[in-house]
Amino acid sequence: MSEPIPAVLIVLPIVAATVPLAAGLVRDRVGWAIATLVLTAEAALATVLAYRIYVDGERVVHVLGGSEFGRQEVEFGGVTSEFIVGIELVGDALSGLVVLLIAFVSLGVLAFTRQGGPRSNAFYSGYLLLAGGLMGVPLTGDLFNMFVFLEIVGLTTYALVASSDRPEAAVAALKYLVIGTTGASLYLIGVGYLFVRTGTLNMVDVSRSLAGEPGWIAGSMYGDPLVAAGFGFVVVGLATKAAIYPLHTWQPDAYAEAPDGVTVYISALVSTVGAYALARVTWFVFTPEFFVVNTLVIEAVLVLAGGSVLAGSVLAASQRRVKRMFAYSSVAQFGLIVLAIGVAVHPAASEQATRFAVYGTVIHLLGHAVIKGGLFATVGSIAEGTDARMVREYAGLARQRPFLSGAFAVLGFALVGVPPTIGFVGKWYIGLSAVESRLWPVVAVVVISTVLSLLYMARLLENLYFDTSTVTTDAPGSQSTDVAADGGGANGAEVDADMTPRKAAVGTRPPYGMIGLALVAAIAVVGLGFVGADLTTALDPVVEAVIESSPEVTP
Amino acid sequence: MTMIDLLATRYAYVLFAVLLVLGLYMIVASPNLVKKVIGLNIFQTAIFLFFVTTAYVTDVDGESAQAPVIPKDAQMYDPYASPLPQVIVLTAIVVGIALTAVALALIVRIYSEYGTLDEDTLREVRSNE
Repeated sequence: MSEPIPAVLIVLPIVAATVPLAAGLVRDRVGWAIATLVLTAEAALATVLAYRIYVDGERVVHVLGGSEFGRQEVEFGGVTSEFIVGIELVGDALSGLVVLLIAFVSLGVLAFTRQGGPRSNAFYSGYLLLAGGLMGVPLTGDLFNMFVFLEIVGLTTYALVASSDRPEAAVAALKYLVIGTTGASLYLIGVGYLFVRTGTLNMVDVSRSLAGEPGWIAGSMYGDPLVAAGFGFVVVGLATKAAIYPLHTWQPDAYAEAPDGVTVYISALVSTVGAYALARVTWFVFTPEFFVVNTLVIEAVLVLAGGSVLAGSVLAASQRRVKRMFAYSSVAQFGLIVLAIGVAVHPAASEQATRFAVYGTVIHLLGHAVIKGGLFATVGSIAEGTDARMVREYAGLARQRPFLSGAFAVLGFALVGVPPTIGFVGKWYIGLSAVESRLWPVVAVVVISTVLSLLYMARLLENLYFDTSTVTTDAPGSQSTDVAADGGGANGAEVDADMTPRKAAVGTRPPYGMIGLALVAAIAVVGLGFVGADLTTALDPVVEAVIESSPEVTP
Repeated sequence: MTMIDLLATRYAYVLFAVLLVLGLYMIVASPNLVKKVIGLNIFQTAIFLFFVTTAYVTDVDGESAQAPVIPKDAQMYDPYASPLPQVIVLTAIVVGIALTAVALALIVRIYSEYGTLDEDTLREVRSNE
């Protein structure tokens, strides 16, 4: 009955996090090898879990604490309900994809940090702790447990951001800590309010109690102001974690000041699990029926998210540092995701609209993680050897770094939402859901955001490929505008690098691991675009559960 | 319920609200980094107080609540205080301490680099660089 896999997925990296520190007493720099070993096992376990969820069609549940805990029948007033004793870990059709994402991104980023990132053993201890915390958020079935995992994620992220040699990183990490902790605490208040009303912390049980299912509760509690206030606190707390405008202020500093390898990792996953938590709580704890009573609440969420899309895009377009630009772009993209989360439960949404919104949320959540992680990996690799970190320093770099520039262009188009990439599939479903539910302001926001993201991506790509003002060499650059010609461009790149006086002084080629991660990410965003249809099939149980206001995703 | 009643019977909840806002104000308004962290601690302590208060069930038929150590042969053992919020608070305290430790470590680093704990001075120092 009780499945070990979800527990092992969380416990393995957390326990293994002690090993690099202990091994550090004997040997230096064994952290990378240990982390690779552990995260390879983690990826294998995540694959097994995903296979059982999506192919065998199971809902994999682990009950912590042994056989005397778990679901037990409680009879009250002639009604029998099943209630949980203890804490559940649940792998279902919504969490399975996020678990897969976390496992493979964690493993992939190691290719980057081998030569590019911090290399100390302590860094890899933090890295493994973060991987364990990230795993916990999608797998837990308990609201308070989710707070603890969010805080594990937060704590280790603060430490990893500060692991840079630069003192600015400490300032950025402290800012992140103060804002992030306040956000998590607000989430805890919201959970406290729900606990006071329902007497339970398990997500399924809270949801059932709010619906008034158990015999000791007289009718649904959706109209209760305390429950609505609880939702408000939870949303504000999780929006802080997902960096939604105006609660995003920690993010640009943290992304820009962290070491490159850390930026890749946290930009791909940390805000992602925050947004996942918001989707989980909104869809399955409060359920669409709650928003029929409290329509104004979900509209406030839509306004917040829409503002985030617009403000994030405008701020991104006005940045000069490339890392800050992409940090602000994340603010906009998570705004889009929260928009979709809101549209899915909006009373105006038809079944079809809810279906598209669920597809859009999850696909864009996964897609954005790969795109943004890949973009930061590309930015980090380009900076290696050329030291280019400002937008204007990208001028003409396509000649020296043809492969990286190609990856950068593909990932950039994916961020804008050009077919056939995953970025297009996600945005397409989000747009469709808004049209289907006739929420025209949302449609407008989605369209405007695409135009604005094109604005800043086009500026970068134009610099990269067409601006030759700072390149003093007259080497033939015909291949540089054509990604396909890069196959024969490797030698050309070396020659170009040697012939360019400005860069040759700084420059060595970035290590293969760093380039490799950027290329894999670029291939993945296109590849994922083609399997978009399969992803939607995998998500159908989630759609059914949201439409039926069911508290759990049953296969 | 009048104001007096509220203060007399629900004073812990009033205190929760006061401490919460006080802590939040310190986080936002104080320019001193250490005081910000103290504000964060007050903010979190308010939440702990809220949880513990909800667990404390008083005065059912003139009896006050007891710790939930229930003998095996007990037939009736009402009222007793819920242990769950207390466990939650215990966990949250541990999380809070870990956060404070990390925050203070970062502050030590910032002070040794910039020689100031004042947010405004810090901004000036950094913009001059």
